[in-house]
Amino acid sequence: MLATYLLKRLVQLIAVSFLISVIVFMLVHLLPGDPSVTILGPNDTPQNRAILLHQLGLNKPLVQQYATWLGQVFHGSLGQSYLTHQQVTQIIGQGAPVDVELIVLSQLIAFAVAIPLALVTSRRPNRAVDRTATTTTFGLLALPPFVLAPILVAVFAVGLGWFPATGTVPISQNLATNLHDMILPSLALAVGSIAVYYRLLRSDLIATLQEDFITSARAKGLHPRRVMLRHALRPSTFSLLAAAGVNIGSLLAGAFIVESLFAINGIGLALVDAVEQRDYLVVQGIALVIAVAYVVIQFVVDFIFTVVDPRVARG
Amino acid sequence: MPDDRDLAATGAATDLLADAAPGDAAISEEAVALAASGPSRRPLGVVFWLAIAWVGVVILAAVFANVLPLARPDFQHYGAINAGPSLHHLLGTDDLGRDLLSRLVFGARVSLVVGFGSITIGMIFGGSAGLVSGYLGGLWDATMNATAFVILAFPQILAVIAITAFWGASLWKITLIIGVASIPLLFRVVRASTLAFANREFVVAARALGASPLRIIFREILPNVLPAAMSFAMIGVAVAIILEGSLAFLGLSVPLPTPSWGNMIAEGSTNGNLQQNVYIMLWPTISMFLLLLSINLIGDRLRQRFDIRESMV
Amino acid sequence: MSPRRHTVDAFPDADELSDPLLQVTDLTTAFRTPRGTVRAVDGVSLSVRRGTTVGVVGESGSGKTVLSRSIMGLLPPHGVERSGTVTFAGRDLTAMSAKELRSVWGLQIAMIFQDPMTALNPVKRVGAQITESLRLHLGMDRGEARQTAAALLESVGIPSPEKRLRAYPSQLSGGMRQRVMIAIALACGPRLVLADEPTTGLDVTIQAQILDLLGQLQDERHMTMILVTHDLGVVATRADEIVVMYAGKVVERAPTATLFADPKMPYTRALMDSIPRLADPSGTRLATIAGRPPELIDPPAGCRFAPRCPWAQDRCRTSEPPLRTAGSEAHTFACWYPLTNGRPSVPVTHDGVAP
Repeated sequence: MLATYLLKRLVQLIAVSFLISVIVFMLVHLLPGDPSVTILGPNDTPQNRAILLHQLGLNKPLVQQYATWLGQVFHGSLGQSYLTHQQVTQIIGQGAPVDVELIVLSQLIAFAVAIPLALVTSRRPNRAVDRTATTTTFGLLALPPFVLAPILVAVFAVGLGWFPATGTVPISQNLATNLHDMILPSLALAVGSIAVYYRLLRSDLIATLQEDFITSARAKGLHPRRVMLRHALRPSTFSLLAAAGVNIGSLLAGAFIVESLFAINGIGLALVDAVEQRDYLVVQGIALVIAVAYVVIQFVVDFIFTVVDPRVARG
Repeated sequence: MPDDRDLAATGAATDLLADAAPGDAAISEEAVALAASGPSRRPLGVVFWLAIAWVGVVILAAVFANVLPLARPDFQHYGAINAGPSLHHLLGTDDLGRDLLSRLVFGARVSLVVGFGSITIGMIFGGSAGLVSGYLGGLWDATMNATAFVILAFPQILAVIAITAFWGASLWKITLIIGVASIPLLFRVVRASTLAFANREFVVAARALGASPLRIIFREILPNVLPAAMSFAMIGVAVAIILEGSLAFLGLSVPLPTPSWGNMIAEGSTNGNLQQNVYIMLWPTISMFLLLLSINLIGDRLRQRFDIRESMV
Repeated sequence: MSPRRHTVDAFPDADELSDPLLQVTDLTTAFRTPRGTVRAVDGVSLSVRRGTTVGVVGESGSGKTVLSRSIMGLLPPHGVERSGTVTFAGRDLTAMSAKELRSVWGLQIAMIFQDPMTALNPVKRVGAQITESLRLHLGMDRGEARQTAAALLESVGIPSPEKRLRAYPSQLSGGMRQRVMIAIALACGPRLVLADEPTTGLDVTIQAQILDLLGQLQDERHMTMILVTHDLGVVATRADEIVVMYAGKVVERAPTATLFADPKMPYTRALMDSIPRLADPSGTRLATIAGRPPELIDPPAGCRFAPRCPWAQDRCRTSEPPLRTAGSEAHTFACWYPLTNGRPSVPVTHDGVAP
């Protein structure tokens, strides 16, 4: 039963990835804007443009272009930049690790804050601590990274001088320095997640704590901490997990902002540069990789769901 | 804000009061009555009206920006570079000597037009499609829903960046792009609330009386779906404003020198400006925070008022 | 209806022998709700002798579940007011700290919950749910606890217990789950078991099995038991003494045989009439009690049952009848116009249940 379900989801995953490739391809090819103008500038001759379009295969029918492109993608090539002639895969390979680090760190921070906080406040809802936390996190929801990150930099980097305002040392060079440099960027990214996760988990925990099995756990004489951690937490984490999966999308947007502000050379910065310079193969490649990664992450979250929750698995 | 105030305590009590036999009608009625006396009847509160007031101020400022006694947002006062707040420049000037209040007021236009404009587009197309699709059901509905699902699998920011990359950015293009990008989500949300009503007694009764589908959709279902749709729309507005702000911060939204809160924050956040004149970053940051907070608050209170569960989002 | 075996508690202190194991005195439990304070248990006193079973009977909303939770002290952490005393084996439970209470719960007093669907944690394996109290209270190590848990499952009649330990509750049938609940409750060998509607959610044949199992385990383990139910039929053959509750108060209390032979309170009589009898021709309509229990936020003046009582007089609606004895100390009731051998002493006054 589990296997059939997974197979179904896998087929879905492949179908969605295929559709994404179509969307990405069409985004680039159907929109107004002539790549030859981008590459050769507006003043070149029509002949030269034609030659270029021919060289790039852009004068062929769309379906054929798509097939060619998809074939190359399967062979691991996303083409190369018009401007720097760097392979798109290489650009992604250079930028991705820092984004992954950024997102992973931010999520670790978010869970480390949201889970204990929710465990504390949900036991005694509507007390001062709970109201403060609930109100504060509501406020945090109004602090997207492009609003929060400049404030963090102004206070902690420029004002107090605790962290550098820009740049990082690569993780391979010096782990400690790298982590220190990453604190502000990942914090800027974590804050929104903290608010979302905290609010979800708190209300789920409050609901779980009404359940009979919590009373029966208490009746065994278990310590309240054990009741919270061993009995209440796990059944309350499913919507949290789902939210974390969906959240990747907004984290991506946040990561771009943070990279741009802190001058971290991730995929986001590469994408923004490529957009500004209309380097369309780079945009196309990055969009494809991110979108597929996003869908795969959703799939993995969904998979974890079915494995972790015996209620879902048995159907 | 705390949406389930008192619920925990009440819930525990009603649970216990609901002695014995599962499904006992008398008791569950009592439990429902007890629970219903909880959050939804509370007045909207001062905070709600403060939020309305702030959104109102921002809208008025943006609408009457040309009429207000302000310097032009791009006029450079060479005598007052990086000036602090004064009677002359109430919020100070930036590193090019431009009046920050003026830029803030004109910049509000971008956020508001994009925020409300795009969600209006999204609601007109996505919302009405959701309404019709949810009511009619069948193969058409299943196809639409699956399509929306697939499109939602694509990160919104990426789509918007990619489109602006090749189509260019102007206020109207950005509004249109974000509006179109919001269609699938609003479709799903409105469809979900429509489904909740499509088979209720009053709808079935109207159908039995021979009312046309259009009449049923607009006279019977729409009024019921509207409160939920409005509160989702408020969330949508906040999301759209954040999206535009992020694009502007990255320099991919409305091109300079048109001021927007996003590009003002970006300009104010350069290392030099942060060290010499923090006001450039501070005013749009505060304004943006308050705007988003107010919109979230309005949506949240509406949701409580109309007893819409967050799970429906 | 035979009075049940009177077994002696496992290892009683000699001087405790004559005392009841549990003595509840004037227990009141009130919940603060947005609409007002609900006195779900209102001045209840009762005592339970060692090794006996006391049945607590009443409709939904009579406060019997709250009573059992309140005796144990197992109430929501906030929004509850409790007064009165609960003396268990000579110690006052209401005076205990949370920590002291936890050392009593599960070890000395255990509870079997109403609905095994919801009272077992759906995402924890059955084994873990049984072993955790063994490890906590009896200090067993993992292996020992696991063996004991398997033995427990076997003793509650679950086949291939080793396999069941690894199951999730959703993989078991309703009857099986209730057996697991019982195994959890009995794990540490408690002296007092509070069984709250242990069979309500199960179908009739399984109900009898579970009740028989409880009776058998009670004998083997010399336990004292409080059996809470809405069904007088369930306790008729299994309790030594029956306490009838209505709207948060005890309205009649008597040894089982006495109660059935000579109910004094019309409410008790009405509950008896609602027990199905095998002798009745099929298709006989069961008597039901018209109306429903009063709201406890603002209970009626006088006798709380008066609005539903077919024999209620003016006096019943204005002044509340106290608990008084009938013949022996063991039989008490609260009624101004008690029945005699089940027959009323006053004419029917309104169309309640005509018996």
